[in-house]
Amino acid sequence: MSELTASGTPASVPERPQRWMRFVDSDLLWSFSRSPVTMVAAVIALVIIGAALLTPLIAPQDPYDLASLSLLDATAPPAWLKDGSWNYPLGTDNQGRDVLSAVLYGTRLSLLLGCSAVILSFLLGVTLGLIAGWRGGIVDALIMRVADVQLSFPAILIALLIDGVVRSVLPRQVQTEISLYVTVLAIALSYWVHFARTVRGSTMVERNKEYIQAARVIGVHPARIVVGHLLPNVVGPILVIATINLATAILTEATLSFLGVGLPPTEPSLGTLIRIGNDYLLSGDWWISIFPGIALALLILSVNLLGDWLRDAFNPKLR
Amino acid sequence: MPDDTILEVNDLQHHFDVSPPALDRVLRGKGRVAVKALDGVSFSIRRGENFSLVGESGCGKTTVARCIVGLYRPSAGNIVFDGVDIGRLKQRNAMSRVRRRMQMVFQDPYASLNPRWRVRKIVAEPLVTHRLVTDKAELRTRVGELLEQVRLSPADGDKFPHEFSGGQRQRISIARALAAHPDLLVCDEPTSALDVSVQAQILNLMKDLQRRLGLTYLFISHNLAVIYQISDRVGVMYLGRLVEVATADQLFSTPRHPYTQLLLETIPRLDPPDGSSGEREPVAGEVPNPIHPPPGCAFHPRCPLANDRCRNERPSLLIADDAFVACHAVHEGRLSSRLAEPHSPARCD
Repeated sequence: MSELTASGTPASVPERPQRWMRFVDSDLLWSFSRSPVTMVAAVIALVIIGAALLTPLIAPQDPYDLASLSLLDATAPPAWLKDGSWNYPLGTDNQGRDVLSAVLYGTRLSLLLGCSAVILSFLLGVTLGLIAGWRGGIVDALIMRVADVQLSFPAILIALLIDGVVRSVLPRQVQTEISLYVTVLAIALSYWVHFARTVRGSTMVERNKEYIQAARVIGVHPARIVVGHLLPNVVGPILVIATINLATAILTEATLSFLGVGLPPTEPSLGTLIRIGNDYLLSGDWWISIFPGIALALLILSVNLLGDWLRDAFNPKLR
Repeated sequence: MPDDTILEVNDLQHHFDVSPPALDRVLRGKGRVAVKALDGVSFSIRRGENFSLVGESGCGKTTVARCIVGLYRPSAGNIVFDGVDIGRLKQRNAMSRVRRRMQMVFQDPYASLNPRWRVRKIVAEPLVTHRLVTDKAELRTRVGELLEQVRLSPADGDKFPHEFSGGQRQRISIARALAAHPDLLVCDEPTSALDVSVQAQILNLMKDLQRRLGLTYLFISHNLAVIYQISDRVGVMYLGRLVEVATADQLFSTPRHPYTQLLLETIPRLDPPDGSSGEREPVAGEVPNPIHPPPGCAFHPRCPLANDRCRNERPSLLIADDAFVACHAVHEGRLSSRLAEPHSPARCD
């Protein structure tokens, strides 16, 4: 290496293989290979995410296209039961919508919604946490008191509140169009506190370390110190929270939709599908709500298990 | 020669607010409480010199360093760097120009390098921040030179700090401090986290760099052996005040202040001087609480020579022979007979 540099050749030529080897060698991969539960969870999560991404290609029917629905086929049972047809492998709902397609599209929507909500609350929480931890004093007190108050309410209540306010303010036509954004916002606003508290805590630890002071002595602009030095060092534990929050966000969305305040039936997420099916559960048409339920449970479980594994893998003391 | 002075510190004070929370103060009628970490410290450093501050933990050595490099804002007093009063600089630009010429090496080599940055980026940070080098290839060469200057290989730039030992990390820290061609290097116990053989290497490297680059050092340590090896002049601190300033040779051969004598006695000896049994006198007392420093001379509760004047009147730093000592006993001749007339408030240069 030193010879290379001396002769003027950039020393970072073997950069990529090095990085790859480091990844293969890493504790993360090692702990992954030692945990069969995590591997199963990862496979399930990958299948679900893959299916969600490829939905328009693999779904037998477009459930949003009302023209393709036929009421004659309504409440058909799954294919393997009597009266079932392989046209509708998992049966149809009360409007003749293919349950498999609806579940696929619903999963896609739920994942999209969960991810957007987590990203939004991540940005909000990390920014506010960094500001609170870095500035301290009155700014810190203000942000963290708001967070404390909010933490004393259940997240679902806050989401309901935001949703309710938007609904009473906006006309009905607009509501349906923006319901996706409102739901994302409602969920994001109820979960930013977790990010903010964790970031604030690690910021307060890191900001007194000497490498931050060294940057100040060099004369680096405070904003650059926060983004360049502080952020990379506080963001590790946050990624774990983000993973676990993804599951919670999807679940919250499902709950909101189940309660009828999330996404409308014309654009059903998993929660909406379960709610629609719930009305028919007692009349024996169980497949309408059970299949979205199973999809939801698998998704949440696998994401949660991955999150747990990530938490343990990042914290060797727990092993 | 005053032109020769690179750094002048006048009556520097720094108080830490350790008051109870605002609500407590209102409800329980408690007042504000301040720790006087620095209580009027004055000294000056000549260009190319190696000035050291020594003292027990908590005496304010590090606070001096941090005030000088701008990490703390002094409560009172001023710091003049090369004719510019740093405390008066309000604009970031002006401050930034001074910052470039004054860098710091920190105590803990494990905490002073960003663990997620490659060494190349760490060492280049001052160059990039002050836009001294903008060309990428040139930056690479310059960082390589800096690493070679501290006896590391330019290829080490691609590694992360955790791949290095404590001594190597301290060298990286020195390389970073040297990047912007500073005039003054403030070294806050740069060797205290290293083991003895590595300490010597780092000290030799620092001496070598000083000779080659014409650096001025403000060196802070509690280790008297290190101080003796590296310093030209030494200031001894006790409870936020300077008690003695002398050249290293004088200080170690004829310590004047009772506290300096006590410090030197704590060095273990293999061959006890004649007439002594080799048993050391146990040091009486502890460092007092800086929230309530003793009146008069801060050292009087532990001083064998203390009298009423010491308990009431604070001694100032006055010339005694060719050193500066803040002690009534020394100036009254109770300690030693060969003392010059006390002069008016002294500047120790």
